Amino acid sequence: MAATAIVPEGLLRWPWKVSLVLLALTGFGAAVLHSAAGGSWEPYAAKHLMRFGVFLVMALVMSRFNDTVYRFMAYPAYVVLVFLLVVVEAIGFTGGGSQRWIDLGFMQLQPSELMKPAIVIVLARFFATLPPGMVGTLRGIAPVAILLGVPCSLVLMQPDLGTTLAIVASGAVIVFMAGAPLKWFLVTGGVALAALPFAYQFALSPYQQRRVTTFLDPASDPLGKGYQITQSKIAIGSGGLTGKGFGEGSQSHLAYLPEAHTDFIFATMAEEWGVMGGVFVLMCYALILRWALRVAGRAPHRFGRLMAVGMGFTIFFYAAVNMLMVMGFAPVVGIPLPFMSHGGSSMMTVMICIGSLMAVDHWGKTQSRRRY
Amino acid sequence: MFRRRKPRASSPPPTGVSLQNAFDRRAVILGSMQAGVGLLLVGRMAYLGVAENERWEVLSESNRVNLALIPPRRGAIVDRYGTPLAANRADFRVDLIPERMGDARERSLDMLAKVLKLSDTEMTDLRDRIEQSTGFQTVEVASNLDYDRFAAISVRLPDMPGVVAQRGYTRNYPTGPAVGHLLGYVGTADREEYEAEGKDPLLVTPGFKIGKDGLEQQFEQRLRGEPGARRTEVTASGRIVRELDTREDTPGAPLRLTIDAALQDYAARRLGPESGAVVVMDTVTGDLLAMASMPSFDPNSFSDGIGRVEYSMLNENERKPLLDKTLRSLYPPGSTVKPGVAMALMKAGIDPDESVYCGGGLQVGNRYFRCWKRGGHGQVDMAKGIYQSCDTYFYYFAQRSGMEPITAMLKRLGMGQEYPLPFIDQFYGTVPGPEWLKEKYGREWQAYDTVNSTIGQGYMLISPLQQCVMAARIAMGREVMPRIVQSDDVPDFQSLGFPQENIDYVRQAMSDVVNGPGTAGRARLPIDDVLLAGKTGTAQVVGLNYSDGKSGTWKYRDHGHFMCFAPFDNPRYACAVTIQHGGGSGAAYPVARDVLTFLYDPDKALEMLHAFERQWGGTAQQRLSAQYRAAAAAAGETLPPGGGSAPGTVAAARRGEPIQGSAETRASDSYFNASAQDDGSTTGGANPRGGATSSTATPAPTPAPSPTSSPTAAPTAGTTD
Repeated sequence: MAATAIVPEGLLRWPWKVSLVLLALTGFGAAVLHSAAGGSWEPYAAKHLMRFGVFLVMALVMSRFNDTVYRFMAYPAYVVLVFLLVVVEAIGFTGGGSQRWIDLGFMQLQPSELMKPAIVIVLARFFATLPPGMVGTLRGIAPVAILLGVPCSLVLMQPDLGTTLAIVASGAVIVFMAGAPLKWFLVTGGVALAALPFAYQFALSPYQQRRVTTFLDPASDPLGKGYQITQSKIAIGSGGLTGKGFGEGSQSHLAYLPEAHTDFIFATMAEEWGVMGGVFVLMCYALILRWALRVAGRAPHRFGRLMAVGMGFTIFFYAAVNMLMVMGFAPVVGIPLPFMSHGGSSMMTVMICIGSLMAVDHWGKTQSRRRY
Repeated sequence: MFRRRKPRASSPPPTGVSLQNAFDRRAVILGSMQAGVGLLLVGRMAYLGVAENERWEVLSESNRVNLALIPPRRGAIVDRYGTPLAANRADFRVDLIPERMGDARERSLDMLAKVLKLSDTEMTDLRDRIEQSTGFQTVEVASNLDYDRFAAISVRLPDMPGVVAQRGYTRNYPTGPAVGHLLGYVGTADREEYEAEGKDPLLVTPGFKIGKDGLEQQFEQRLRGEPGARRTEVTASGRIVRELDTREDTPGAPLRLTIDAALQDYAARRLGPESGAVVVMDTVTGDLLAMASMPSFDPNSFSDGIGRVEYSMLNENERKPLLDKTLRSLYPPGSTVKPGVAMALMKAGIDPDESVYCGGGLQVGNRYFRCWKRGGHGQVDMAKGIYQSCDTYFYYFAQRSGMEPITAMLKRLGMGQEYPLPFIDQFYGTVPGPEWLKEKYGREWQAYDTVNSTIGQGYMLISPLQQCVMAARIAMGREVMPRIVQSDDVPDFQSLGFPQENIDYVRQAMSDVVNGPGTAGRARLPIDDVLLAGKTGTAQVVGLNYSDGKSGTWKYRDHGHFMCFAPFDNPRYACAVTIQHGGGSGAAYPVARDVLTFLYDPDKALEMLHAFERQWGGTAQQRLSAQYRAAAAAAGETLPPGGGSAPGTVAAARRGEPIQGSAETRASDSYFNASAQDDGSTTGGANPRGGATSSTATPAPTPAPSPTSSPTAAPTAGTTD
């Protein structure tokens, strides 16, 4: 073809469309951060764009690796992260408080964040090698329970409910997509529902319990956690259809909105851009997630399919829970909004997901399709 | 049916193909689920932002805009001539709201102490007030600040959350203790008051004060006014970003009293160091001209949030400076009931000219009742019974009339009654009678009860206000009703139905008490052709075996009473004086004399007062501050000069200027100037007025600095020294 003659083949295979969507979304995020900083590139917006650039390069590099590399790395990476989680736990124990990161000097490494894509890869790897006949058996599912249970309990001990839920959700989606019988999900769902009150009572720390009660009744704690939800709803609701205008959000600028540049950035955005801005953001996510599902569908093998679905779902989970939270449909859990919230760890996680998706996309374009 | 379980149709084990199909199906489910969540989010957002938009916009505005109330200027309380008894003085003030101080409390308090130069005592008082406050309640840190200190606080406000600095108004009572009981004082609202008014935010607005006692409390709604408002844009932490707009406050309506400010001040000061009360009223209109109760407190310091030293000084004083003695203290009236009893006797048909022999007492049943004069009065008719205050006369004739007519008469004359006055609490005392005794103590009335009652002892109790009303009613023969709020209409009091000759008879007898051969010759007014009519009263507090009533332990001494009216033949003013434990009526009637003299000739009355005050150590206000300073020194604390009293009034007194509403403002200028010289020397400083004149006399333009008139010292030299 003519285009092939001019443009190198590698560039053609580059997922242009989704890259543009990502750029648009991140750029929009940077604009909101610019406003949240009181109309300044510092300290959020510039860093946000810079990180995006760096991690995009990382994602591109990731997308060039062959699937054998991913398959090979799955278990060692998982083991290293579990080890790091234990280390974090130990540091927190000796430090006399909860700690979630390891200080590497140039950055704070949060192993629980990296565990989200890692669990996707390791489970995809597991199911890819599991004989089809064993998918529906308990012997087939037992290792999954262990692979999922160990990091989850470590993260829950931190305590970090949001990340735990993210890991469990990604894991569950892979098990689901791997073809596990539906009744398992129904039974587990039923048991989980029945166990909820006990979990609330025994598994959650008091501050997590408070978040749940506050979620159920924000008015019960109007100056504490309920305050955050209420202020967030005020920001979104007062934005109206078209918003108050760029840089005009009173809720964020007068500091009524908590965490206006991280967890509640959607509210900051909605106050200034209104429902239109929100629809734009949702459209961007829809395009990204649709691309992720298509990548999964095009994947040449089971490992790629499961990995792509899991990565896409991880992004979805972040975005959905965050937006449900700021709109008062989910409890306040510390989950940032991908591509928009300020923060290095979460940006790295979602860009690892993007990189992995790009890799699967690349395999789909270069390898011949296999049945299994 | 139960025999064999139906083998379940188990699906064949999955193969690679079936898993791929399952994946494809489930991918659709997953995608739909994600799309569903997306639609839910869009819907929720549209609901919040479009359907509920108005509601959230209101909330957002109420976040953004802070409506700070501006406390309304409180209505002034003025006397019958319009002289302010309570007014507002503009000042700079600093308050704090403990709830908003957060973690920075200690740091902020330290900074306040440093910048405002608060002493340790003041800091302890401040901490006490913070402890006692309910958190959201405003606590006053300091008022009457000079501009420099106010500015110093203002620039540091961002570092001190919960601290409010503003320009405001403080309540000022120019004559201080003279009106303390009458007007009460103002203070920040406490929790009950806040809740009683439905948590009106005005009540917890910094700088806002409500009436706490006396008329300030009774006329709260009228004096309060409407608050103004200032709209500002604020951050969540309360920092003001910019001002939006301001609505001015509507000051409260002034309250005009029947009180004569100068007379009130004079009466209070004339009581001197005694514990007692003076009530003066206009017998024609019922206007209360003065209601003084001493010792008193300075409402200025109460309104600023009184310090612990000052409060305990007042609270522990046995003479009860916190009690309004005109309304809320009751005394046995002693012989002052005798004119009223005489009226009852005449009404019961006893001829006033009929006489009885007084040989120093009377045998009633198996008990001998003594007349106060052991030697006896000889032959006594009603007039002599009054002007010589002969007990025997009343012992004798009261037994003849019986108690009922006397009880009824005394009640009609105002004893045991509560008047329609806007005071929170009037004690109405007791007029005993057979029915009352039966009900209260369940025993029959005896002859000796009548005997005791006719000389105002036994169960009989009266307040100084009632005593004044009684004097007015006897003088006029009308049901004179006291009133405190000024009104232009002259009331037409109902006649009590006394024959004019009876009224004239008692008036004459009471005049003879003072101007004739009576018991209070020294009470004669130093005014030509104004004759005072009165009645002395001495009420025993304890039996003669404890104390002779004249000397010894203060609280065992007799109460002294004097009730009077003038002029005797055409009464205009009625007055009652009670000196608690004064040792007898001799302590009371000179006060009444001087107070009434002040009404006719202020200069002459002031001359006498100033002579007394030189002995006592200054005006009531000066003595109160001296007392406070002594108490503070005893408590081991040092005070800034002028502490314990309203700085404005003290400063005015030092400058030798007349305090508005004080007795001196009704005197002629020449007299006042002369006294200013005296006051200057007694307060221990250089003559202030002289200093001022000499500094203006020196040629002003000379730039040569001299130690006495450096540019900064010059304007204040006249006032601070």
